[in-house]
Amino acid sequence: MLTIIDYRAGNLTSVQLAFASLDIPARITRDSRDILEADRIVFPGVGTAGAAMRNIQEQGIAAAVREAVNRGTPFLGICLGAQIVFELLEEDGGVQGLGLLPGTVRKFQPLDRRDKVPQIGWNAVHWSRPHPLCRNIEQDSEFYFVHSYYMQPGRPEILLGQTDYAGITFAAAAGQANLAALQFHPEKSGRIGLQLLRNFADWDGQTGSA
Amino acid sequence: MLTKRIIPCLDVRSGKVTKGVKFKNNVVLGDPVEMAAAYSDGGCDELVFYDITASAEGRPIDIAMVQAVARAIHIPFAVGGGIGGLADMERVLLAGAEKISVNSLAVLQPEIITRGARAFGAQCMVLGMDPVAVPDDPRFPSGYEVTIRGFRERPGLDALEWARQVADLGAGEIVVNSVDADGTRAGYELKITRMIADAVDIPVVASGGAGHPQHLVQVFREGGADAAIIAGMIHTGDYTIAGIKQDLQQAGIAVRRRW
Repeated sequence: MLTIIDYRAGNLTSVQLAFASLDIPARITRDSRDILEADRIVFPGVGTAGAAMRNIQEQGIAAAVREAVNRGTPFLGICLGAQIVFELLEEDGGVQGLGLLPGTVRKFQPLDRRDKVPQIGWNAVHWSRPHPLCRNIEQDSEFYFVHSYYMQPGRPEILLGQTDYAGITFAAAAGQANLAALQFHPEKSGRIGLQLLRNFADWDGQTGSA
Repeated sequence: MLTKRIIPCLDVRSGKVTKGVKFKNNVVLGDPVEMAAAYSDGGCDELVFYDITASAEGRPIDIAMVQAVARAIHIPFAVGGGIGGLADMERVLLAGAEKISVNSLAVLQPEIITRGARAFGAQCMVLGMDPVAVPDDPRFPSGYEVTIRGFRERPGLDALEWARQVADLGAGEIVVNSVDADGTRAGYELKITRMIADAVDIPVVASGGAGHPQHLVQVFREGGADAAIIAGMIHTGDYTIAGIKQDLQQAGIAVRRRW
């Protein structure tokens, strides 16, 4: 079954309701055994990186997530859940992430103060290459973002999609093999966001061309 | 580029969406869940619901309605009115709302903003304010005074000073709803919107007075707003969100084009 991991970082209602509206059964868990048995994993999250990482370690979720990803279970990180799969997060004085993707998570440093931080709202995502997750989604469609930090992939091959904000172009989506990390919130991005979640539910975890 | 947001406002009174002028003379427009779904399908970027009779009737917010809206639409929405404290905020967020809007409560208990932001994240905490113009009153250097409880009370706060304070307290966004412009459909109050947008580092949402797509062009260009609330102009069917967005795009303002 599609399994949503609850590591006490924010509200899972929207993610749950989005899958429910697609008639995709999903369960919410913080039990390692459920994570290892999952057909596919959604790793959401909002809040602060330090607290989230502590919860993950304390609940023994980190090891289960690593094992599931290494076995090839399709994995979708959303927002803070996407940032945490990287090696290092600048937030809270520096937090070590799960290290499933190479790279760092940095804070926006806008030069123009009209660029507010956090970025809140809809911004276009330019997909870098065909991927099963962006099937039937028009190039440069907008998604809903709420974040102060952005993913900076350590290798260009893991970049999946880009967005412009605060004077830079940052990774809105990154991933490799069966893992995908999205900075935006597909569960709050209307019909197009639901299409992406449907694509995830259909994904076999292979990254061949879409 | 980050797009400017268009946010229909649904004033809910006893389970029905209503619309008044200057907070009075409300008429029934329809069912909140049906209207939310229609506006979401029509391309709005976010929604805001005010349970306008909750605090007057001394009852908590209608959670069943929030849940029904969250099942029907998959875009962000905020809920305000009748929020009494952190427990109410948590109920509203767990029901599926993205944001909570506090107004009178924050004036009476400013620390609620900080506590809410710590508990749920600043992005959840929207500070709504209803300023009224008071030109030439030395007590209010900005020329605008904050009103609360639906324009009925004046706690003696300068609107610009209050905006700075709530940003420092941890609010994620400020909705500036001009009492003078509310329901007039004669355009947003650009002056106070601009003053606040220039003074704070968080997004500012303009509210009150939208009657024509050009009013949105003005408030994004001259008012410095990051988002604009609309109500009467679409509730009556005079304009559609798609049409408004087309006008904004023609004026060179970035909007979400696909939904």
